[in-house]
Amino acid sequence: MNIDALSASIVDGLMIGFIYGLAAMGLTLIFGVMRVVNLAHGPVIAVGMFAVLLLAQNLGLNPYLGLVIVMLLGLATGIGMYFIAVHRVIDAPELTTLLATFSVNLMIIGIGTVLFSTSPRALDVSLGSVRTGAVTILGTKLVADLIAVIATVGLYYFLYRTRAGKSVRAVANNRAAAELMGINSTWILALSFGIGIALAMGSGSLLATLFSFTILSGTVYEVKSFVIVVLGGLGNPVGALLGGIVIGLLEGLATISPLPVGWVPVIEFGVFVIILLVRPTGLFGAR
Amino acid sequence: MRLLPSRLLLLGISLATLFGAIACAQPSAQPAPTPTVAPKVATSKADTPAARTPAASAPTARKIVIGFTASNTGAQNLPSKKQTEGLQLWLDTVTKAGGIKLKDGTALMPEMKSYDDESKTDRVQALYTKLINEDKVDFLISPYSSGLARAAAVVSEQNGKIMITTGAADDSTMEQGFKNIYQLYAPGSRYLVGAIDLLKDLDPSARKIALIYEKEPFSTSVVQAAQPYARSKGYDVVLFEGYDPGTTDFAPFINKINATAPDAIMGGGHFPDGTTLAKQLYEKKVSVRLVALLVAPPEPTFSEIGDAAEYIVGPSQWEPGVTYSPDAAKAANLPWYGISVKDFVSGYQARFNSTPSYHSAGGYAAGLILQKAIEDSDSTEPAKVKATLDRLNLMTFYGNVQFSIEAKTHGKQVAHDMVYIQWQKDSANKLGTKIVWPPAAKSAGAQLRK
Repeated sequence: MNIDALSASIVDGLMIGFIYGLAAMGLTLIFGVMRVVNLAHGPVIAVGMFAVLLLAQNLGLNPYLGLVIVMLLGLATGIGMYFIAVHRVIDAPELTTLLATFSVNLMIIGIGTVLFSTSPRALDVSLGSVRTGAVTILGTKLVADLIAVIATVGLYYFLYRTRAGKSVRAVANNRAAAELMGINSTWILALSFGIGIALAMGSGSLLATLFSFTILSGTVYEVKSFVIVVLGGLGNPVGALLGGIVIGLLEGLATISPLPVGWVPVIEFGVFVIILLVRPTGLFGAR
Repeated sequence: MRLLPSRLLLLGISLATLFGAIACAQPSAQPAPTPTVAPKVATSKADTPAARTPAASAPTARKIVIGFTASNTGAQNLPSKKQTEGLQLWLDTVTKAGGIKLKDGTALMPEMKSYDDESKTDRVQALYTKLINEDKVDFLISPYSSGLARAAAVVSEQNGKIMITTGAADDSTMEQGFKNIYQLYAPGSRYLVGAIDLLKDLDPSARKIALIYEKEPFSTSVVQAAQPYARSKGYDVVLFEGYDPGTTDFAPFINKINATAPDAIMGGGHFPDGTTLAKQLYEKKVSVRLVALLVAPPEPTFSEIGDAAEYIVGPSQWEPGVTYSPDAAKAANLPWYGISVKDFVSGYQARFNSTPSYHSAGGYAAGLILQKAIEDSDSTEPAKVKATLDRLNLMTFYGNVQFSIEAKTHGKQVAHDMVYIQWQKDSANKLGTKIVWPPAAKSAGAQLRK
């Protein structure tokens, strides 16, 4: 293995890993707080892609400014989605919530296909690049990584330093006890779901600044997010970021290995199964 | 019943993966029939002798229906749109001229019947069955792309319906011994041959080629043929590897290419991935001397990637600058048929306000070849039209056309030649395409990447 290719792959893997991590953060938050596997996660990421595209095309908004609006829209959408699809089945067996979010998934894909078709779209964003030896760092990826780190720090601060965040953690730990302490668990669950959707849509917006996309593109990131969530520890936002970095690195290194590129997903899912068997709480989760 | 979190996650990922597979493959709700523009005329399904008896010999107009699917949505959307536009222009031209004339004075007025295949194979199969069995079309044109055309060809052959394939260059489809399928494009096995010759001519010191391809029938057949050809010319094929259709992040793949330090990169797939790959090769400042990609470069919209398009070479079935003409046909001892290159280009620009690509020319030529076959057969009877297509050997604005009559490769294109374009900047720093290969057709010299 050539050292130039190795260093370039490590840097590329790291850079895409941060964005994978952000994409998985919403999924892990929702799962951690309410034990709901959000199967609408992928389509929501795609909605974030299209939202930032529409804001840029119709209102001429800078995609990074559009990202803030998309995340606010995501928060509102997520709260709405919680009350419409999840709230009434939150105490039902897990399979029911799984099917409820799967229904939302189908609806988003159906409506999105009608509105946007499945033709590839792209946002034209260029922030230049920096080259050092064999390593080229794109400005767009660097900015996306910075935003991913800021979002992680922000989420961490929210959960550990604010009253609402502490309420989220309390509900996640023991909903009945939290309610006895006067916490309105319904609103806290809705808020958590909203934040999870906002993070997913935000990651979609960032991915749209890097790659072309269709309404079906979110599925790829949804599947990666599941692997990352398991790797990083269920319900652990920082673990999700670290898990994303691990998967990004794994992809980068596996691609330059002598193995054909088609083996990369096999390796990823192999890791997923091993982690589930050996350490189900994830590499960065509590034992 | 309570599930353990890990089991729930496993169930979740299984459903997500399953859904992903379904989403990529499922046919959508309703096909959208495309209205045709031909004038309303009397309908006749078959050109039976009874229909042409003296009693009915007064000049009449009859309609013939040509069916096809177009990828109005999905990955093949752009080239498919161009192909359909070319076909539409042919239809306009024939309609304006009063239809396809038979010797008894009957004017056949072509109409089109089309549906959106969403760039999906299973949808193509269902829709071509519908076109044949429910819409009762007379002739078929293929959808765009080899994968979709292959699916349509199987249905068409099973139903004994003549189909002209355009936008489909895959060799293997035309090596099944089909009897009713006729390929207009030069086969995929010839796509990169000229690019390798060009590299040899341009930079004799080049030794290493990386062949990369989208894992689908057309691109695979192109590189499978290019690999032995490159070796026969003394090149070392340092990388021969495919990427999944729908790939958008080529960064790891580019690192793998860089590790082999090739002099040239050749391959690709279709428009979306080709465009993305060219852009990311530029962004990552990959230093190779020649990049030749399939399908995307000849499309005028390829220039939307800006400076990343410069120096990219692409094989093309046709370009507005080609020199096919009645004189060229005479020199080649071939009959000439149809519109001139100049009239096609100006007609297309006037009708669609854009420059025609080779996909557009292929669409027009599909209609034109069918028209010629019907005229020469003086009939729409499938057996007569098929016999005429088997004999056809002519030159049009699109170039030479002749089909194989060997049993195994029946219908495969044997006469059409490729040209190679390169995106270059002019003195005003504006990007444009030049024909750079073969030497007899070139409008400018090829340039190595800097």
